[in-house]
Amino acid sequence: MIYSYYPGCTLKDRAKQLDLNARTALKAMGIELKELDAWQCCGAVYPQTSDEIASRLSAVRALSDAENGKLITLCSACHHVIKRTNYDWLKDENFRTKATNYLKPEVPYDGSTQVIHVLELIRDEIGFENLKKMVVNPLTGRKIGAFYGCMVLRPGKTLAFDDPENPTIIEQFIEALGATAVTYPYRNECCGAYVALEDKSAAETQVDRALNSAVKAGCEELITACPLCLYNLVHNATANKLPVKYFTELLAEALGVKEGE
Amino acid sequence: MNNRVKTLTETALLISGVNPKKCMKCGKCSGTCPSYDKMEYHPHQFVSMVEKGQIEKLMNSASIYYCLSCMACVERCPRGVEPGKLVEAVRLMKIRQQDANHKNGNDIARIADENVPQQLLMAAMRKYRK
Amino acid sequence: MQKIGVFVCWCGSNIAGTVDVEAVAEALKSVPGVVYSVSYQYMCSAAGQKLITDAINEYKLDGIVVASCSPRMHENTFRKTAEAAGLNPYMVEIANIREQCSWIHKDKEEGTKKAIVLAKAAVAKLKNDKPLKAGTSQVTKRALVIGGGIAGIQTALDVADAGYEVDIVEQRPTIGGRMAQLDKTFPTLDCSACILTPKMVEASQNEKINIISYAKVEKVSGFVGSFKATIRKKARFVDETKCTGCSLCMQKCPSKKGKDEFNMNMNNRPAIYIPFAQAIPNVAVIDPEQCIKLKTGKCGLCEKVCAAGAINYKMEDELIEREYGAIVVATGFKPIDPSPLNEYGYAENADVVTSLELERLMNAAGPTKGTLLRPSDGKHPHEIVFIQCVGSRCDENTERGKPYCSKICCMYTAKHAMLIRDKYPDTNVHVFYIDVRTPGKNFDEFYRRAVEQYGVDYIKGMVGKVAKEGDKLMVRGSDLINNQQVEIAADLVVLATAIEPDPSARSIGTMLTASMDTNDFFTEAHAKLRPVESPTAGIFLSGVAQGPKDVPETVAQASAAASKVIGLLAKDHLVTNPCVAESNELMCNGCSQCEKVCPYGAITYIEKEVRGPGVREVRRIAQVNPAVCQGCGACTVACPSGAMDLKGFSNKQIMAEVDQICL
Repeated sequence: MIYSYYPGCTLKDRAKQLDLNARTALKAMGIELKELDAWQCCGAVYPQTSDEIASRLSAVRALSDAENGKLITLCSACHHVIKRTNYDWLKDENFRTKATNYLKPEVPYDGSTQVIHVLELIRDEIGFENLKKMVVNPLTGRKIGAFYGCMVLRPGKTLAFDDPENPTIIEQFIEALGATAVTYPYRNECCGAYVALEDKSAAETQVDRALNSAVKAGCEELITACPLCLYNLVHNATANKLPVKYFTELLAEALGVKEGE
Repeated sequence: MNNRVKTLTETALLISGVNPKKCMKCGKCSGTCPSYDKMEYHPHQFVSMVEKGQIEKLMNSASIYYCLSCMACVERCPRGVEPGKLVEAVRLMKIRQQDANHKNGNDIARIADENVPQQLLMAAMRKYRK
Repeated sequence: MQKIGVFVCWCGSNIAGTVDVEAVAEALKSVPGVVYSVSYQYMCSAAGQKLITDAINEYKLDGIVVASCSPRMHENTFRKTAEAAGLNPYMVEIANIREQCSWIHKDKEEGTKKAIVLAKAAVAKLKNDKPLKAGTSQVTKRALVIGGGIAGIQTALDVADAGYEVDIVEQRPTIGGRMAQLDKTFPTLDCSACILTPKMVEASQNEKINIISYAKVEKVSGFVGSFKATIRKKARFVDETKCTGCSLCMQKCPSKKGKDEFNMNMNNRPAIYIPFAQAIPNVAVIDPEQCIKLKTGKCGLCEKVCAAGAINYKMEDELIEREYGAIVVATGFKPIDPSPLNEYGYAENADVVTSLELERLMNAAGPTKGTLLRPSDGKHPHEIVFIQCVGSRCDENTERGKPYCSKICCMYTAKHAMLIRDKYPDTNVHVFYIDVRTPGKNFDEFYRRAVEQYGVDYIKGMVGKVAKEGDKLMVRGSDLINNQQVEIAADLVVLATAIEPDPSARSIGTMLTASMDTNDFFTEAHAKLRPVESPTAGIFLSGVAQGPKDVPETVAQASAAASKVIGLLAKDHLVTNPCVAESNELMCNGCSQCEKVCPYGAITYIEKEVRGPGVREVRRIAQVNPAVCQGCGACTVACPSGAMDLKGFSNKQIMAEVDQICL
């Protein structure tokens, strides 16, 4: 199967591991990610007011360019922005009209593209039971926690990714790879996000609380889908520290196709 | 309310889509906010102050740059008020003013360490300047 | 030509404020057939009624139109006035120019215009009215009470006390309901069982009361005064007449994995069990899901140990058919499941409990024998956090809970907090609240005692998240008064969950054609003036089935419902509504559409010889039982041939009204 794929800026630079391992791992599972021919930065944050039109246009372009009605995303931020913009497209006529007037496309976007995160792709199109069968290097004995962060989960109604308060999709993924999934309550809280730029202590409080809780629960390593979460978890932890990886690295490792560091 | 205050209030309500009258003042948003201690005005106060037309106070407070847009308050509000959207609206109203950027591109580049991902830089660009 | 009188009411300023009543009276004078038209300040007053009586006599009126409030208010008044003056009471039409006109309009000119149209429509209908005569129907002198909680018990006791027979149908194996699960009751802190069980015993000993437990009402037909109900008594697999309640079977039963529903599933019970010590009937019941004998055919231990020979594995459900004059709905409530509000972590953490679970954890007959211990590790909790309004007072679009205030939570939380502080003074108790609502006799004093005497820490604010950290529950919330975000490391978290109607209520409502609101609470006939009656005649409401209530309110309402039941059962006959459906034999094509839509089962089909101009043959035609028909009119709309019509609201009358409004 070939799917249209939106990688996003960070995955071309700081988060190469997230991208490369996704491509090779999915390829090993019979899925090819076909990068959109031309894509622009999603803007990293979703503009929440109804009069912000221009900052949502790149998402509309990506939605419009997706083939076969499906667009695969991987970075939490890109997924968040594109999925919410898609929701706006269906719900907000004013936005639809203005964005269309601005883009002047040959064929206007019809709102039918589904935005699918790689985790959702694995869960819904492959299935965790099938994933389990594809594992060649089971991660037996490793105690791994998920750090979901905010952007794939909330607002729950729009993202419709998993239970926003008690998500289980990454835990199921970890178990499918043969490792032990460790849950802890702060896995769905904010990492401190971009505020870390201006005030590291904001991220430190958040990250320390999450890491302390993860360590207490017995986590030995963490995985995430978000480059910003990874940055804060790695660079702004002041007390407990844990190795943090992208979930695709773990996937590639278990499937025996891990790209070099 | 004088005309200026009235216009500001109406703009905030219009672009955020938030109806502060739905708030029952339970404080759940502030009970859940990860940036609470960093904020001069807390999420529940945003809702109440916008309702009362005290928007300029909010626009001139650093609180607007501490909202993480984590959507926890939006998700958990029992009245569907969505305080986070209101914070965003007030922040946008501030930086849309002339010479009112909280930080410009150079400032952001200067304070960023070597490890920050593009995602963070882009987010800061969007949140701090117009 | 008929002689019609029109009487326009001012209703003080209620109508006259937005309708020029004199102009309405004047305008109606020119309507053909109207021989007298007048307006008056209060038509419903004695003077107003005299005005009507005098006009009927003086002008020899054939019918009257009263333009006033809703017919729900005073139609009966004016029918009686007309009847006393010698007019057929069904020759009275009401034009509702208050609820449907003056109250909803602001512009007087518009209101006046509409009032004139409505009055003219009533005149048009009246011209097609025919005098009708009400019949009578019998009253079966027995009441059915659905639900055997404190509401149902109280209603049954009062009805029985007046000398009438009552059947209580309870879905669980014992009566007692939610109140039996409570430890103490506010504001006097008396032991719930101590005040409830005497009433349970009284009900069981009362000759007039028949308790049908472990049963449900399956079908109801008929109408006020003569309902017919089919009750399914589920197989207990234990003969009620033989079982002595010795509980030896419970001790010997090898299957112990059934969840103890009475203790909110916090401990296990055997497959054969008596829900609690004071259960009534004090008879065991076998849970077929857990019983080894019923599932595999092997075991049979209880049968061997039962000295009374009460066990019967072959027992089957029993259907009971009985007639009743009145039905009381006392179906009660259940707490909501707080799992979807997962920021509180109820689903994942054993030490996050609901208030009803806490009742059991504090009760001597509960899973911890009355010592407050944490469900997770059996340790004493020293830091307890209560969270109020969990799933109450939510905006409906958020899907986070109920839009209403559950009413009882503020008080029971104050009770819990106080009891814990009293029994375990080394335990700190914090209560997160939005408002403390205590409108009841001695209620606020009770709450103040919790704060002032018992030192309960009330924090104004809500909780954002409960997170498990080691063996602590970290409760993060806001303290709005101190302008702080607080975090409390708690040992136990208690959620004051919203209450909702028992899940059985909806199907019972449908069966009884008793209206319900969007939250599945039964609707009363009038929110203020008929609070214990359903709009469906003969159906009465008792307890939380109607809306959230505490015990004293429930008991008061239960007695009120009983007095209404007694008032009904005291009558030998009821005057029936003559506005019933009637089928024209010649026009009926035998299609059965009317029979299918009739909610009361009032229509049957018969083979009958039909005679008419050029017709003489046996046909299959619809026949309406006027005693059963409630005059809802569904059949008249469904009838494709126009054979079905409703007396007093005939197609001709309604078309005349519509024509008057539209032409």
